[in-house]
Amino acid sequence: MTETPATPLVHAQNLRKEYGAMTAVDGVTFSIRRGECFGLLGPNGAGKTTTIRMLYGFTPRTSGSLELFGTDCDGSWRTIKSRIGVCQQDNTLDPDLTVVQNLNVFGRYFNLSRARLQTRIDNLLRFAALDNRRDADVRGLSGGMVRRLVLARALINEPELLILDEPTTGLDPQSRHQLWSRLEDLKAQGLTTLLTTHYMDEAERLCDRLVIMDQGRILVEGAPSELINAHVGRTVIEIMAPGNNIRTLLQEKSVAFEDLGHRLIVYHRNGEELYRELISGEYREGCMLRPATLEDVFLRLTGRDLRE
Amino acid sequence: MIRFDLSRRFFRVWQRNFVVYRKTWKIGFIPPLLEPLFYLAAFGVGLGVMVGSVNYAGEKIPYTTFIAPALIAVNIMQSAFFETTFASFVRMFYQKTFDGMLATPLSVDEVITGELLWGATKSAIGTFLMMLVISAFGLLHYPGALLLLPIAFLGGLAFACAGMVCTAIVPTIEVFNLPIFLFITPMFLFGGTFFPLSNLPAWAQIVAHTLPLTHLVELCRGVSLGGLRSHLLYSLLYLLFWIALFYPLAIVLMRRRLIK
Repeated sequence: MTETPATPLVHAQNLRKEYGAMTAVDGVTFSIRRGECFGLLGPNGAGKTTTIRMLYGFTPRTSGSLELFGTDCDGSWRTIKSRIGVCQQDNTLDPDLTVVQNLNVFGRYFNLSRARLQTRIDNLLRFAALDNRRDADVRGLSGGMVRRLVLARALINEPELLILDEPTTGLDPQSRHQLWSRLEDLKAQGLTTLLTTHYMDEAERLCDRLVIMDQGRILVEGAPSELINAHVGRTVIEIMAPGNNIRTLLQEKSVAFEDLGHRLIVYHRNGEELYRELISGEYREGCMLRPATLEDVFLRLTGRDLRE
Repeated sequence: MIRFDLSRRFFRVWQRNFVVYRKTWKIGFIPPLLEPLFYLAAFGVGLGVMVGSVNYAGEKIPYTTFIAPALIAVNIMQSAFFETTFASFVRMFYQKTFDGMLATPLSVDEVITGELLWGATKSAIGTFLMMLVISAFGLLHYPGALLLLPIAFLGGLAFACAGMVCTAIVPTIEVFNLPIFLFITPMFLFGGTFFPLSNLPAWAQIVAHTLPLTHLVELCRGVSLGGLRSHLLYSLLYLLFWIALFYPLAIVLMRRRLIK
């Protein structure tokens, strides 16, 4: 396959990864188009990071085929890696080096020339709002600054594909929004992004398309709004401290709901109507109508059990 | 046969370590400058008075002249071995430096090769500094002693490879005490360093000759005293053989550890 603008940037077919008897990724197939932000969602242990690691050549796959930029990954891994930027889940910044040295040393791993590196670093430090921290020790940076530097470092080689493994985990809301706006800027510039996250609001805001994975398999694929529509509906009603009569009422109306004991979650196409009906009766208190979110889809598909 | 995935990019890994070293060179320079002073004072002045001279290769030489090249050999061993055990382990395990590198067009083989050559380089830098101090006492015979620098690099590489093999297999950093206690310390004491091997019983001499420090001491002492003899060639071959064995082993074991 040769590369044309229409070629998917990533084409993974039946990717599998087994560790002994454990199957981490159990045959996943997906494509990422040029210019889109593609999300990989799933609870802990769903196989997101393993999938990503296979993509950037860190983890060898057990079976399946993988093409990046229209080229088979087995042959020219070095060329492929030079076109990818990766923000790993762990902080892999070099604590022995300063901010600017981190970028410089990392750029040299890509064999970038000194002149090119110089301009690139100046731009990236400005982009990451770290230009006044050039010579700072990275051990003294805040969580948000660390993440921005990790992002800047991943962009050092002007990648065509940016891979982000849980980029905002552990950040405060301000830092998350800072990072999001930078990711949106990059997207506006046409950069293709692959993102894994636990945060559904993050995925809803950033992803054009996404897949939800669980136990190594892809459960659903689509645009966030499509998935919400298809699997939850437009609205959700939450009923606090429900009595048994409301359960009976809902069952009579054959309305689908999730029973958490102290709370009922009602997924209904005509949520508003049902809501009006409920609050006009005895459930004025503790009944709430809200727009459906990706989190509802996620929990509905992957269940509410803890994954540890 | 194993296939190496090796380009000149390993130099970038070496360069990374060099950048870090340059930040702290003032501290890094102190041990190789002070250590020989301490040892020469303690062993040369203190012990040397009791020992007087030593029979080495049919000649009587002053005790300080005898141990000075061994101090260099010990330093070559320790700098490289510590670099690819503790320092590499910290980079690999705690700082995730290797993980970061492996998201770039660097292969595991290049990362490890860069680390090993850096270990050898540290040995050579240490040797250079020690030579300055020891030469001031007139204990090295030039120009032959200049060969200490390439020997330091080669010997350093040998011990760097051994250290990296340990790093590839230890579960935690504390476990390095084991190879240090069982491998490094016995060589330090019995590798022909502080007394001639001929003082040992025959069986112990044979054991000593299977160990790399013995050969490194032979080489260092040989070139420092100015008399190049044919048996040095065996020691040189021994170190080359050691590297030919432990370099691929380090690569294979590190691949196993890093590629998941």
